[in-house]
Amino acid sequence: MNVLEIRNLSIEFNQDGHATTAVHDVSFSIGAGETVAVVGESGSGKSVTALATVDLLPESATARGSVTYQGEELIGAPEATLQRIRGNDISFIFQEPMTSLNPLHTIEKQLGETLSVHQGLRGVPLQDRIVELLSKVGIPDPTMRFKSYPHQLSGGQRQRVMIAMALANEPDLLIADEPTTALDVTIEAQILELLADLQRTEGLSLLFITHDLGVVRKIADRVVVMQHGSVVETGATKQIFEKPAHPYTKMLLDAETIGVPSPVALDAVELLCTDHLKVWFPIQRGLLRRTVGHIKAVNDASLSVREGETLGVVGESGSGKTSLALAVMRLIASENGISFIGRDIEGLNRRQMRPLRSDMQIVFQDPFGSLSPRMSVMEIISEGLEIHSRSNRKNHRAEVAVMLREVGLDPNTMDRYPHEFSGGQRQRVAIARAMILRPKFVVLDEPTSALDRTVQVQIVDLLRDLQAKYQLGYLFISHDLKVVRALSHKVVVMKDGDIVEHGSAAQVFDAPQHPYTQTLLAAALG
Amino acid sequence: MITLSPLNNRRLSNFKKNRRAVWSLWIFSILFGLSLFAEFLANDKPILVSYRGELFIPVTQFYPETAFGGDFKTEATYRDPEVQCLIISGGLEICFDNPEATMDAISSGQLGVEVAGFSKGWMIWPPVPYSYDTPNDLGRSAPSPPDAQHWLGTDDTTRDVLARVIYGFRISILFALVVTICASIIGVIAGAIQGYFGGWLDLLFQRFLEVFSALPSLYVIIILTAVLGRSFWLLATLSIIFGWPALTGLIRAEFFRARNFEYVRAAQALGVSNWIIMMRHILPNAMVATLTFLPFIVTGAISTLAGLDFLGFGLPSSSPSLGELTQQAKLNLQSPHLGFTAFFVFTIMLSLLVFIFEGVRDAFDPRKVFS
Repeated sequence: MNVLEIRNLSIEFNQDGHATTAVHDVSFSIGAGETVAVVGESGSGKSVTALATVDLLPESATARGSVTYQGEELIGAPEATLQRIRGNDISFIFQEPMTSLNPLHTIEKQLGETLSVHQGLRGVPLQDRIVELLSKVGIPDPTMRFKSYPHQLSGGQRQRVMIAMALANEPDLLIADEPTTALDVTIEAQILELLADLQRTEGLSLLFITHDLGVVRKIADRVVVMQHGSVVETGATKQIFEKPAHPYTKMLLDAETIGVPSPVALDAVELLCTDHLKVWFPIQRGLLRRTVGHIKAVNDASLSVREGETLGVVGESGSGKTSLALAVMRLIASENGISFIGRDIEGLNRRQMRPLRSDMQIVFQDPFGSLSPRMSVMEIISEGLEIHSRSNRKNHRAEVAVMLREVGLDPNTMDRYPHEFSGGQRQRVAIARAMILRPKFVVLDEPTSALDRTVQVQIVDLLRDLQAKYQLGYLFISHDLKVVRALSHKVVVMKDGDIVEHGSAAQVFDAPQHPYTQTLLAAALG
Repeated sequence: MITLSPLNNRRLSNFKKNRRAVWSLWIFSILFGLSLFAEFLANDKPILVSYRGELFIPVTQFYPETAFGGDFKTEATYRDPEVQCLIISGGLEICFDNPEATMDAISSGQLGVEVAGFSKGWMIWPPVPYSYDTPNDLGRSAPSPPDAQHWLGTDDTTRDVLARVIYGFRISILFALVVTICASIIGVIAGAIQGYFGGWLDLLFQRFLEVFSALPSLYVIIILTAVLGRSFWLLATLSIIFGWPALTGLIRAEFFRARNFEYVRAAQALGVSNWIIMMRHILPNAMVATLTFLPFIVTGAISTLAGLDFLGFGLPSSSPSLGELTQQAKLNLQSPHLGFTAFFVFTIMLSLLVFIFEGVRDAFDPRKVFS
């Protein structure tokens, strides 16, 4: 018998009297010991479907259809039944391990709570069980670590603790909602391996929700492809990857960033150059705020970017990539020289920097966070023009219209607000804001990582076109090696604030020297 | 024409769906709008006078009694029978001897054009022909209970309670608005500077606030009113001085949170000045939190004023004040109409305000679901 059976599930959201259908007539099932992956882009309704199984939907949503767990109907079931099943028979792992754990309690306490509530364990048996769970999910030295607080653990370890919590009551079904999206590639590989292991040893069924097809291939038995709230294709993993039937599935599979950037002119001017750049944050202690040490975010980085050239900066979270970007933009303090088009900009204050700002711009990672929600697209894009205005205020609308067309947006949408745009469109707006000043040098801080794969391809193409057209220098920061390969001429690899390897893109990708680069490449591309 | 962003449109429609808030807003607007024209509603001067074919507007203009054929160069006392008689009869001498009988004779038509110098005049009085400080000759002991002349009775110095309520309502609301607007502006700016710049500035300012908020504000108000004399503006200034820190902490926290947002960084990268970043990028997003706090400041200001008046440290004793009415109610328990009036006026005024702001707050809450 199937562990979970979803039949004709529809979910509607009610807002201000308007009903929007988020999920439409979805049916699939999960057998015992089976891993089913639900794949789709953001907004396809995959998470909502998962939450609906045990009625964790927000109050504005209504679900219709049928969801049965071991033959028991869950839609419209009384709260008591749902509570018995939640956490006990069906467990959840969420995307963000940072916010899923309570920062004020130790791991022991958080794990112990579920165990004592559901199983009535106390004292020594409780401790033994916690240690057992922690060692099962691969936390090193569990007898020592179970007194730790969440902030003392790394992201990967936190996600392991979340998995341990999910496993605490020996569920039959584990629902993992993008469990690896917030993690680095090498950690992601470890977590996937752990889940696969656990599934084998515990005989779990696994419902795996993701937008990453690479992950699906590694872990799933069967795949459910969703688009706009409907299931467009279901089948065995092998079949879906080898003979996709639906055009949408094909499009998802084909969405790989490919190609190489156009070559750099030989006489290209050097735009940015850093000489042993350091970003150290002082750690201050005591009454007199004596500096007792430093957090070394960036150590000794020497870079150079020329006109029309992209320097890719690769590294995992905490490696100092973003600190490097902000330091280069002079948004945080740094030491040692940064020179921009032959001029030393180290030590310039805000006012002195202002005229240079039109030549150097930055595009941020999160298109939802980088646009002020209370300003229209026109206001957002023209803000730079107001400051560095070389033209009349009346012409700004026309200039914004030209810029919007250039980044592939309809100029008629310029009076709309950011929330009316999709993630990819917002990132285009952010690019337009940076490009309207016609900068010579642009820092791209993970501009594609918050976007769906198909949209990533479009943004990379756009960035490449703009570079070819205006001979822009890019400092491209990413943890996504595929995108870096498609866009960069030169690559530096960062680890814990140090540059461990640098060279041309071909060198680094085809013949990595440093062992860290090798693991990174193996995890990402292998 | 004002175009609303879709977000504000949604908020407006959410507000409109809250029937209680909408009704409260209407009722409050009408009451407040009327009270702004209190001089035309309750006054001891007529709105319009016709004297010998000439029009006078005593409600806004000063006219000496001599203008109507009287003896004094001081402002005409329109409630005097002599003055009324002079106006109606066009300045007949007989009015000084027997005004009541003369007026009766004119209205019954016994006295008319056949008398030399007669010219029929008229007066239009406001619905409540008393101002807040008009003493009345009651012919019995004050406070008197409600009757046909004084719809809500009179207080212990024979002044009309209805007139005092109308003026008192206006002064309470105006006081609350002035204090709220000024205290919010100061509080928001102080919080914004603290939160945006942080560091030493924030640390020092925070310590200053701790000391400042430990000052016993009531004593300071009592001492200063004793030295400088009681007045509306002194009280408003003092309330603002002691009221602004209420918002500062909240705004400071919002700015702390928002100053590391990517759109703020993006604006910095564009070279936008600090002031514009604070006002254009961060403040609009901190306004929702501010709005949830505003009703407490408004109702707090009204209660502060009423409380000071009740204790006798508030507005000058002649000014119309709801707090003073409450105090009179306490001193004159044999006249329950005073207590009931004060109670209902406060209840209605504060409830309406709370209902309105509740609607505003819910409309701004993005998570609130309106089905």
